[in-house]
Amino acid sequence: MPADTKASVTTQVHEVYIRATPQAIWDAITSPEWTVKYGYQGAVEIELRPGGAYKALATSDMKSFGLPDVVVDGVVEEADPPRKLVHTYRFLFNDAHKAEGFTRVTYEIEKVAAGFSRLIVTHELEGAPLMAGMVASKFSEQGAGGWAWILSDMKSVLETGEPMSA
Amino acid sequence: MNDDRVFKALADSTRRYLLDLLFARNGQTLTELESQLEMTRFGVMKHLRVLEAAGIIVTRWSGREKLHFLNPVPIRLIHNRWIHKYAEHQVSALADLKAELEAKACRQTRKRA
Repeated sequence: MPADTKASVTTQVHEVYIRATPQAIWDAITSPEWTVKYGYQGAVEIELRPGGAYKALATSDMKSFGLPDVVVDGVVEEADPPRKLVHTYRFLFNDAHKAEGFTRVTYEIEKVAAGFSRLIVTHELEGAPLMAGMVASKFSEQGAGGWAWILSDMKSVLETGEPMSA
Repeated sequence: MNDDRVFKALADSTRRYLLDLLFARNGQTLTELESQLEMTRFGVMKHLRVLEAAGIIVTRWSGREKLHFLNPVPIRLIHNRWIHKYAEHQVSALADLKAELEAKACRQTRKRA
């Protein structure tokens, strides 16, 4: 288990076991060629060094809903491929989301057995109730499921080459 | 991989209640959870261990406190594999039936006119 975190009631923790190497999972998180294949299917641009920029770009669908070209921004705090990535995270959907400011996302990847890795995503959401509501899982709503939906889709793409919805 | 453990973990009302408590407020300690149940500390610990083994809860240390977090991913995977598939079929079958009945009603109305 990772060391001490500043855990609190506003933190969300998601853990998933994936039949893939840590490097494959790292690539699925950090490279735009992979991020367009699962979840909200937007490309990411990440400068993998402390202080580097994190950007999640809108898909053409998102732009047609009136969302900006960059839908999420942040700053990389730690990048240790293929084990750990920490970056801040802010939604730019509208003024209310912008006003909540930055939260923090930590990805930890660990090989657990032959061919299997564990990915833990910790999202510290202090002071961001709007974002917390959006990233929490909603089982009943297809297509807008937050982290659990994104991560199970990532698992599906890495293990079978196909997204869940295919 | 873990389906049996997840189903077994969910097949108990106390454990489902513990999940509801964490859904309402994530990151609680054993003492906090125990105070909301009519059960011994040992009993609550046993249930938490089953949930942790199934991966539905994840624990983190914050200083000296062990906090329990709801991890919805295994339930999401069960949903994708076992629930969505069947529920979707039922919904689309009902939608087909509705479309067929409406088309029929529409044809009959036209005939009468």
